[in-house]
Amino acid sequence: MTVTEERPPTPEEEHEAIELLWEEAPGAPGFFASVDHKRIGMRYIYTAFIFFFIAGLQALLLRAQLTSPDSQVMGPQTYNQMFTMHGTTMIFLFNTPVLAGFGNYLLPLQLGTRDMAFPRLNAFSYWIFILAAIFMYSSYLVGRPPAGGWFAYVPNANKTYSPGINMDFWGLGVTFVGISTTVGAVNFIVTIFKMRAPGMTLNRMPIFVWSILSMAVMILFAVPALTVGTVLLEADRLFGTQFYEAAGGGSPLLYQHLFWFWGHPEVYILFIPAAGMVSTIVPVFARRRLAGYKWVAASLVGISFISFGVWVHHMFATGLPALAMSFFSAASLIIAIPSGVLFFCLIATIWRGEVEWTVPFLFAIGWFLIFLLGGVTGVMLGVLPFNWQATDSYFIVAHFHYVLNGAVVFPIFGALYYWLPKMTGRMLDEKLGKVSFWIMFVGFNLAFFPMHVLGFLGMPRRIYTYSEGLGWETLNLVVTFGSGLFGLGTLLTLINFFMSKVKGKPAGANPWNADGLEWSTPTSPPPECNFESIPVAAGRHPLWDSEKLEEAESGSDEATRSMGPPGALNRQTPILSGLQSGPEETMDIPEPTYLPFILALGIAVIFMGLLIQAAVVGVLGLAVAAIGITTWLWRTEVDLQ
Amino acid sequence: MARARHRVVSLAAVGLVLLAACSREAPNVLEPEGPGAKSVASVAYLMFGLATVVYVVVAAFIIIGALRGTKDSRISDNAFIWIGGLVVPTVILAGLAVVTVKTTDTLRKPDADALKIEVTGYRFWWGVKYPEQNVSTANEIRVPAGRPIEIALQSVDVIHSFWVPQLAGKVDMVPGQRNVIRFTADKPGEYRGQCAEFCGLQHAKMALLVVAEEPGEYERWVIRQQRPRGGPGSEREAAGEQVFMRSSCAGCHTVRDTEAQGTLGPDLSDFGSRRTLGAVAVENNKANLAGWIANSQSIKPGNLMPPVTLEPDELLNLLEYLENLR
Amino acid sequence: MTTVEEATASTEAEIFEAPRSKPGRSTAWWGMVVLIMTEATIFASLLASYFFLQAAAKEWPLGGIEAPELSKISLMTLVLLGSSAPMFWAEHGIRKGQVWRLKAGLIMVILMGTSFFAFLTLYEYPELTFGIKDNAYGSIFYITTALHGAHVAIGLMMLGVVLIKTFQGKITAERHITLEVVGMYWHFVDAVWIFVFSSLYLSAHIK
Repeated sequence: MTVTEERPPTPEEEHEAIELLWEEAPGAPGFFASVDHKRIGMRYIYTAFIFFFIAGLQALLLRAQLTSPDSQVMGPQTYNQMFTMHGTTMIFLFNTPVLAGFGNYLLPLQLGTRDMAFPRLNAFSYWIFILAAIFMYSSYLVGRPPAGGWFAYVPNANKTYSPGINMDFWGLGVTFVGISTTVGAVNFIVTIFKMRAPGMTLNRMPIFVWSILSMAVMILFAVPALTVGTVLLEADRLFGTQFYEAAGGGSPLLYQHLFWFWGHPEVYILFIPAAGMVSTIVPVFARRRLAGYKWVAASLVGISFISFGVWVHHMFATGLPALAMSFFSAASLIIAIPSGVLFFCLIATIWRGEVEWTVPFLFAIGWFLIFLLGGVTGVMLGVLPFNWQATDSYFIVAHFHYVLNGAVVFPIFGALYYWLPKMTGRMLDEKLGKVSFWIMFVGFNLAFFPMHVLGFLGMPRRIYTYSEGLGWETLNLVVTFGSGLFGLGTLLTLINFFMSKVKGKPAGANPWNADGLEWSTPTSPPPECNFESIPVAAGRHPLWDSEKLEEAESGSDEATRSMGPPGALNRQTPILSGLQSGPEETMDIPEPTYLPFILALGIAVIFMGLLIQAAVVGVLGLAVAAIGITTWLWRTEVDLQ
Repeated sequence: MARARHRVVSLAAVGLVLLAACSREAPNVLEPEGPGAKSVASVAYLMFGLATVVYVVVAAFIIIGALRGTKDSRISDNAFIWIGGLVVPTVILAGLAVVTVKTTDTLRKPDADALKIEVTGYRFWWGVKYPEQNVSTANEIRVPAGRPIEIALQSVDVIHSFWVPQLAGKVDMVPGQRNVIRFTADKPGEYRGQCAEFCGLQHAKMALLVVAEEPGEYERWVIRQQRPRGGPGSEREAAGEQVFMRSSCAGCHTVRDTEAQGTLGPDLSDFGSRRTLGAVAVENNKANLAGWIANSQSIKPGNLMPPVTLEPDELLNLLEYLENLR
Repeated sequence: MTTVEEATASTEAEIFEAPRSKPGRSTAWWGMVVLIMTEATIFASLLASYFFLQAAAKEWPLGGIEAPELSKISLMTLVLLGSSAPMFWAEHGIRKGQVWRLKAGLIMVILMGTSFFAFLTLYEYPELTFGIKDNAYGSIFYITTALHGAHVAIGLMMLGVVLIKTFQGKITAERHITLEVVGMYWHFVDAVWIFVFSSLYLSAHIK
């Protein structure tokens, strides 16, 4: 007969129990049922990068066709499909989700909590993303990719001028993927409000969190306009409504207003988190705290706000009344002011800093030099008469690639080199990283700077070929060369990534001596539960503010019982008050479940039914979705203790 | 017969090979040929200059800042943030706002003396009408140099955009809407334009020419278009006219003062005096025309004109007829 | 200037030892608030589209359609908006622990909401003289009212779930988050109808 000793568990036993509890199940069950924000975040990033390289390949094919006049590499139909899918993929299937992925991974860690506010919803938003991506790309499987351009203006994109199923892949697909973005935004906002570490007032949040908060609020108010725009488009195409048909009293410009009301904030939805990444990386490698933190945060919020007042600048050539256009021209100029403040806060940080030239910092410098140019051409485009010459020409192609490729993609690559060590536990190779950066930077500028000139030589956008003798040949050749170089540069980072998985140097907890809470976890990758004890955050730069981080302890009341290891042991995390960040209650983190996947699958089947116009399929999807959501909500016991 | 067929085949072959279109010089925004375009070009130069200065100065701060490696500096954080980030941009933007208002104002001022033209966008060509002169043509817009022009823009199908960089900024052509563009061509010349709103398969080859002429020459052209058309000048032309009316041509095209009153394709009334065909796809000569008629899809794949099969001598007569329509 | 240690210590004092005020709203509540903000923007976009199309039209409604008849829909509007009253009554009741008020209130809301929905789909839609494909007016009219109707239907289903949970005894005075969240959603649906009704029904009669 053995006597069982009653004693409290040792820290080691506790630690083991926590690891065991949070471990993901192996194989398919773990994969499809996981609700862990770190796994979901990495899936977003990996999936988005697959689409980055696909869209990059599409770009290179486009460039192959445009290198010489009257080229026969591809005909107009293929070319039009290619540029449609290139733009659509880059915006919807790479840029937007990859930033959401970084947000997903980093937010709980930077905020000092154990998961997002709605972990199952988080999983759901990923499943929607990948199913929507597959939905759109299945257009290639049936040889019917859309060819209406990534913004699909009507009437060209309606049933008359784009017959067949092609544009429906686009219209339904964009509506579909919007669900993921919206749901993700809900999750970010509630997490940021209610799950910050004790003492982390809004004034002490990491600047990246401010950028994700701004992004999420923009998504909330912008995506509905896109949803309405594409739903009405599909209603016209599939059900014969007249929203955009001039003959039926509808208006093609209505589509443009709805699309761009989302479209302009969307570019800031991309730019702002990228700026947040730069604002995180720069202080670390300048070895000083961010200068003007308050003003950076205020600028991020200010830009987000103003971004809703400029959409008409995408429509300056449509013949709108002069007064309206003047207002939007003014607003488009004004948005440069908070951008300037943000920019100079970062320059100030560098100026008085002692810079360590790591790869992430190089990519940040790349951002500075590229965004400066893109921002300046943006201001030019706000000047109405200039816009009338430059819009819809290669000048605008140059501008938006400077801001959407350069000012978003370079920070993303910087973020990879900066955060992958924490995510995977392995450093990427520094030398290869620097080579990758330089090739990307030179290639980028060779590819996109000449496009400004091409636009001013009268080359319109979206043309599959051009005649000899217009003087466009040489520059197009340079552009193609630069694009190839840029692509090569990105491939080097891809190779670097695979190399690091095999033989990268172990990263340790904080290889950069950085300041954020994500670097306070004892290991890289972080423990499954993130924090066995929730840290107390007294300053903006926790790891720089104190030698040893204070850890909260579990109390006996509802509000504090999950602060310490007991919270990790019970798969719980604290909920705190929105403003003061004082403890309020305890949240049970849901167990892994297939329900988010099932619901997403049901919704995918609904969209499939709409696509192929089969009511049976749609109803089947509705049934699956209804079962999924009912079960999910039924199991959400918010009321019982 | 065999000789005629041989001629046709070689003409068509040459036409098909001459896919490389007209060598019109690049329509350069910075080589303006009208007052509107000139004012925009000035604004552009101003902004390029300003942009270069701003870029060089700010980039210098960034790079020097990163290379300095020391905490000490007489320039405080606040100086950077408020002077660099707020004051200087505000001043520059205020200046640009004034420039914007002034330039926009001048560009949009209507002129009572303007020559009024109507241009309608089709996939993938331009219908051109002179309502007050009762003249109709396509793809090449003749204007008197030095006189203000006011064009009413419409579209019958999708959104197109009218852009002649050397003369003016672009204005969209939206179905159900009537937009207006104004410009003056300072001196005679040929100014290339192109559709600037993606309109489908052959958006790339929907180009146009604004042909500015001395006012006297322009007037002569107008009068020629208004005069009742005489009969065909030669036997071959007469035979060609017969081919035109009997084949599918007349169903889609109009030739003024004949039975051909089709409206699906461009008006061919003065086709012979046009410099290009296919909306500036290729030079207008018999070789290219033969290729176009036989199979325009090989020159402009996806345009809405179907191939037309004709006997070799029919084709030759038709070419003679069309090239003499002035 | 405080040292970091002092800052940390005072933070801990503030947040751990200070007397606790009533806890704020739950994550579910905030989630519903944020969801409502985005749903409201969808309706705002549709109504903006309605007025945009009207501004561009020579006559409105288009195609000689008569402005919609007001008498019956106004009555049903009162029914729908009125259903917010039993909803409030139910919410206040459960806060005092009066489960009977919750049950009675929910049943009343469900009855009133269902009669509105039934009226819209079984009477109003068939009675309208125009279809969704006739012209842009028909299209925007139907899609906006139908989207609202779908929100009513979803709201009714959620209310049904809350009612079931009430009978199961899961909704108490201390914790009734499900009711709060669904109640907020229902008030939102009513509020949206005020805007839809004013735009699509009332404003068409202003000449």
